[in-house]
Amino acid sequence: MKYIKQFAIIIGISFLGEILNRIIPLPIPASIYGMVIMFAALSTGLIKLSAVKETGKFLIYIMPLMFIPPSVKLIESWGVMKEFLVAIIVISLLSTVTVFAASGHTTQFIIRKKEKGGKQ
Amino acid sequence: MRDFLSSSLFFGMILSVGSYLVGVYLKNKFKIFIFNPLLISIVISIVALLLLDIDYNSYNNGAKYLSYLLTPATVCLAIPLYEQMKQLKNNFTAIMIGIASGVMTSAVTILILALLFKLNHTQYVTLLPKSITTAIGIGLSEELGGYVAITVSAIMITGLFGNIAGELLCHILGIKHPVAKGVAIGTSTHVMGTAKAMEIGEIEGAMSSLAIAVAGCMTVLASILFEWAI
Repeated sequence: MKYIKQFAIIIGISFLGEILNRIIPLPIPASIYGMVIMFAALSTGLIKLSAVKETGKFLIYIMPLMFIPPSVKLIESWGVMKEFLVAIIVISLLSTVTVFAASGHTTQFIIRKKEKGGKQ
Repeated sequence: MRDFLSSSLFFGMILSVGSYLVGVYLKNKFKIFIFNPLLISIVISIVALLLLDIDYNSYNNGAKYLSYLLTPATVCLAIPLYEQMKQLKNNFTAIMIGIASGVMTSAVTILILALLFKLNHTQYVTLLPKSITTAIGIGLSEELGGYVAITVSAIMITGLFGNIAGELLCHILGIKHPVAKGVAIGTSTHVMGTAKAMEIGEIEGAMSSLAIAVAGCMTVLASILFEWAI
């Protein structure tokens, strides 16, 4: 029963997210609205952590499996991709590294600066 | 045989899950980052489809049900984030500025590389949303007039790269603070990288989840501005 309730809450919030996605004319998916709703509901105590925890953790745990079918789809878009395949791969990989470095180091730099400041 | 497999509901699903397990086994046995279960499962599935001469749609007929829970699973990423609320509150400014700098860097890097590769405008806007989560990326690519199928592919390549090399990149680039690691992984490689961040640690996973949502929304704004400016 516990799991069914947890699942119902999670699916219910996903549905709310879907409604917002339909009403608000922005390219923001149901999942992101749902994530915000879930976070707000937990923070305000509207939903207790124990009311979603196990099922939520299970879904997160199996999440990698959900990426397999859309990735296998790469074989289908091969035709259009080969036109600028090298560019796609180089841009994808290189920009990942620059974004990774910029966001990670900026965050780390500010945190360390603050930690140092706090100690003095 | 081929007809049966093409019409089977569970063939695609067992191929995906089974090959993922093979990947987990290889990863545990060899402990090399290239034996990434997600990568292994994609490679095995693609090779199997090509060898058996089964088209993607027949495979996806069953396999798609694996992806049906992606929205609820993404919604649940708010749970670890809530559990790490203290980290979020303590480092709020650092996290937000970090994500914003990643989003800006993405736009600038892709613009420079697009110019170097002499891509046309359509090809450029196709790649612009590649660091963000698929659902936002698709919407954005459509909005800007890109090739949506290629945007999805670029997002997958990026995410897969993050899932395979996320930990290694933190090490090479000298990103050591768990909050910074999470921000870097989520901002650059969305949900697929986050799946890996969850394995690295709870703080990393939570921050990575937050970064997906914030980076996604910031990218929507930045791309519209960028596209409008050029």
